[in-house]
Amino acid sequence: MEGIYLDNNATTRVDPAVVEAMLPYFSEQFGNPSSMHEFGNQVGFAIKQARQQVQALLGAAFDSEIIFTSCGTESDSTAILSALKAQPERNEIITTVVEHPAVLSLCEHLEKDGYKVHYLRVDAKGRLDLEEYRALLSDRVAVVSVMWANNESGTLFPVLEMAELAHAAGVMFHTDAVQAVGKIPMDLKSSRIDMLSLSGHKLHAPKGIGVLYLRRGVRYRPLLRGGHQERGRRAGTENAPAIVALGKAAEQALGYMEYENTFVAALRDRLEQGILKQVPHAFVNGDPDNRLPNTSNIAFEFIEGEAILLLLNKLGIAASSGSACTSGSLEPSHVMRAMNIPYTAAHGSMRFSLSRYNTRDEIERVIAAVPPIIAQLRRLSPYWGEGGPVEEPEKAFAPAYA
Amino acid sequence: MWDYSEKVQDHFFNPRNAGAVTGANATGDVGSLNCGDALRLTLKVNPDSEIIEEAGFQTFGCGSAIASSSALTEIIKGMTLDAALKVSNQDIADYLDGLPPEKMHCSVMGREALQAAVANYRGVEWKDDHEEGALICKCFAVDAVLIEETIRANKLKTVEDVANYTKAGGGCASCHESIEEILARVLAEQGETFDPAATAIPNVESAPETLVAGATGMTNLQRIRRIERVIESIRPRLQMDKGDVELVDVLGDCVYVNMTGACTGCQMASMTLGGIQQRLIEELGQFIKVLPATEMPRAASGG
Repeated sequence: MEGIYLDNNATTRVDPAVVEAMLPYFSEQFGNPSSMHEFGNQVGFAIKQARQQVQALLGAAFDSEIIFTSCGTESDSTAILSALKAQPERNEIITTVVEHPAVLSLCEHLEKDGYKVHYLRVDAKGRLDLEEYRALLSDRVAVVSVMWANNESGTLFPVLEMAELAHAAGVMFHTDAVQAVGKIPMDLKSSRIDMLSLSGHKLHAPKGIGVLYLRRGVRYRPLLRGGHQERGRRAGTENAPAIVALGKAAEQALGYMEYENTFVAALRDRLEQGILKQVPHAFVNGDPDNRLPNTSNIAFEFIEGEAILLLLNKLGIAASSGSACTSGSLEPSHVMRAMNIPYTAAHGSMRFSLSRYNTRDEIERVIAAVPPIIAQLRRLSPYWGEGGPVEEPEKAFAPAYA
Repeated sequence: MWDYSEKVQDHFFNPRNAGAVTGANATGDVGSLNCGDALRLTLKVNPDSEIIEEAGFQTFGCGSAIASSSALTEIIKGMTLDAALKVSNQDIADYLDGLPPEKMHCSVMGREALQAAVANYRGVEWKDDHEEGALICKCFAVDAVLIEETIRANKLKTVEDVANYTKAGGGCASCHESIEEILARVLAEQGETFDPAATAIPNVESAPETLVAGATGMTNLQRIRRIERVIESIRPRLQMDKGDVELVDVLGDCVYVNMTGACTGCQMASMTLGGIQQRLIEELGQFIKVLPATEMPRAASGG
């Protein structure tokens, strides 16, 4: 039996058409695009085409606004560090508590170097308080970096409005759109977003390729200096096969945009409803009315996520969890904690993230598989009694800290 | 995915003794909800023989927490309370053919649940003295709290010191930045400044494949103290011959000593060193090289 892959926010399968598009660039089209001869020239054209394909997906005004990088993390680091370098008189950053580590760890590191970082908090549904944000904007702020969609809950942030507010205050705006690109329509030329990060492997391109969108006219300082590649804005020989692949994947994502937002969204809703109807003491994390079409994050109370994952894995079902034990740290997901999800539920939070490859049949199989697993683990749980949670679970079982 | 042994997987997929024991007369509740692991252990103890007749667990936790709980109940069934109290977390991990370093705390939780249950049976209050911080060194499973306390207690100043005392940072070295930060913080509390330039690079040894808590089951500190005791016990004999020996440093397998008094330049010195080495090998049950301090590697100059 083929496995059922519902972990597309972690990474996606490379589309066969994408593989086909990139393969020649390992063999016959191996030239360096910087070279004068014919070997290089052809590759140069292919990269130009890929740049235009990404431009189309993002709705960017110019293809020269697309800078190819090695990954989303590099794009995030480049954007934030560039904003700081280009405006040395400004030493504050605004971001959110639920960012990806690519931004959070960098910000924590910058704090040690003396930068002041403001972390916007979220409410129980993972939403920001725009008033708090507005009050923080000032000419001391070098850059705002806010994710477009949260990787764990799928919750969308109002980045278009936030970019307008930043622009009005004369502050640069960057968004980590790694989860959003390819899943929701974008038209950057009509927005005030200055910089945007995306990652190829989240949209059916291979790993090891990313993009930094840099609006024309935005002051910029490169992270990697060296050759003149990417107009000197990102030195290093182009990863031609991956760039070509990302171009193809971008073109496909644009083609599937409607499918993603109708069929995939419907599958996601079916999965969520199917599970919640059968499993008591479970609820949806994040903002169900305003989230990515492919993501569902469900908290199963009184059990722990890694145990759920292991049992699902045995049935060939792949998902992911916000539990501490899957991350290698001892704390549950910072996103769940920021939303104030109780520990007994945060540890049992499961993320199901779909793609255009998932079928109705797969979703029905998952709906059938989940409830017995939850019941099995709850039978082991000290919070669970006969057929339901024990009365006042937090009092009935209050372990000594060990 | 974690690298779980077959045994761990077996005890997770087919847990033994799951659920509360009916008619239990001992209960131990331990764990930490923010860490996502908590365990209730219930025992039925024979009041006359103090033999654990039945043991059951209820666990809120990950795969290895469930497996550790299951293993614990299997190990202690049929034991007397006193015998059961001797079960260490390492015994639980060994029973499961090892646990990944990040998961060793699951076995610690099992042992503590047992202590709590026995205390409950005997009607005494169980106090937990164990505090767990963020895992810093993944090679040897050393957390921030232990590193901090060791730095304070021993006035450590360098990453190398920390590696020698706690093992943290003695493996892949990727945690050196974090250790430097802890050093800087603790030293700042004491009004001192951490000087990274003074930091010699620790003697990196290869990390164990899985953490079977060092073949000796000793922390570095325990080991050094043991070496000290052995050398102390040898000194009187040397002093009778108007000589002496002092321990200078321990670096991995190498024990560096200074031979003083009549021992200096004595042709028997190397034989004496050999004798000390033999004693140490016997006492510690592991290979040790005893070398004169003059052969110590020069403190690495800077980086």
